[in-house]
Amino acid sequence: MKKVKQTVRIMTLVATITLTMSCKDAETKNDQPKNHSEMNHQKEKNQEMSMNNGQMTSGETILNKYFDLKDALVNDNNSKAKDMGNALAESLKTFDATIYSSNEKNELNDIIQDATEHAEHIGKSDIKHQREHFKMLSKDLTDMVAITGSSIKIYEQYCPMYDGGTAWLSRSENIKNPYYGSSMLNCGKVQREIN
Amino acid sequence: MKIVKIIAWIALIAFVVVQFFQVDYNRSETVPQTDFMLVNNVPAMVEQSLQVSCYDCHSDNTDYPWYNKVQPVASFLEDHIKEGKEELNFNEWGNLSDRRKNSKLRSIINQIENGEMPLNSYTLIHRDAILSEAYKIAVIDYMKKLKDSLE
Ligand code: HEC
Ligand SMILES: [Cu+2]
Repeated sequence: MKKVKQTVRIMTLVATITLTMSCKDAETKNDQPKNHSEMNHQKEKNQEMSMNNGQMTSGETILNKYFDLKDALVNDNNSKAKDMGNALAESLKTFDATIYSSNEKNELNDIIQDATEHAEHIGKSDIKHQREHFKMLSKDLTDMVAITGSSIKIYEQYCPMYDGGTAWLSRSENIKNPYYGSSMLNCGKVQREIN
Repeated sequence: MKIVKIIAWIALIAFVVVQFFQVDYNRSETVPQTDFMLVNNVPAMVEQSLQVSCYDCHSDNTDYPWYNKVQPVASFLEDHIKEGKEELNFNEWGNLSDRRKNSKLRSIINQIENGEMPLNSYTLIHRDAILSEAYKIAVIDYMKKLKDSLE
């Protein structure tokens, strides 16, 4: 009996060791898709550069991706929100702040850096965590719009229930709450109109 | 029973061999001026909690008691330190803008409130890193105050 116990113990150990080793392997393999997405990223960058020739397109592109992400959260769609988060992160990285004054540029770069991290986390987490980051992302993009402006009218909406009171941006006046989705779709009111 | 013996021997040899896989220890002699504790006026209770429960993975200096040096624990820890420091490095707190600090503070509060940090896989071995309810509340309260002072 003692021998069996010992063997079981040792076998558990071997399992642990093999697991750790294989985990390391998996991680090195992960580098490949990363390179790949970097290539895509480069392609997208080139495309975007040839497409846009000014501030508006960039700020606008980012806002549009944000609204897509918001809609995915309104629909409780975790995997769509992941895709939209990753797409948003890519656009944020190509944001061109060069035409702004140096003060604005500093603030924009700060905003973009922060927002990129939130978008990346949204790209790889469960919906509860996505919503936590979406709150901080919304704050960043509200501050971004204050500098870049927007060609369309935007509504800042606010729900007092979520996390001590939380805002988000929307293209439409109607309330559809991205923090609760179907469980409390109508929580909130328009707090401010931008433009 | 013979086969069991053979397996046991192989396992033992594997365990010994794996000890030779060296990891890069996360060690630093000095604490930079940008450290969270030097930038802020942190109460002793909160400072102790963060040092014991978070600094191993979220600073440039990990504490290495013997069990942290034994494989496969060491490799496991090395991966978590690398990933953890990318997210948050308390030693570099002073380099962050107010906006970044605000985001990090929110994340810290969320992670502790949800019981996601410190990682369960870590507290399995480091029992002293588990935050008791009283310490949890003290840390969260402090982080909230700090966040409000930035807004
Ligand atoms: C065993 C190492 C380890 C310890 C100890 C640890 N962390 Fe972490 N932490 C990580 C890793 C790895 C990640 C990134 C992956 C993840 O989020 O799970 C992380 C991520 C985070 C994040 C970013 C979360 C997000 O996704 O937004 C915060 C904030 C954080 N940790 C705070 C803390 C705090 C506060 C403590 C102490 C109470 C702590 N951590 C203890 C390893 C650790
Ligand atoms: Cu996150």
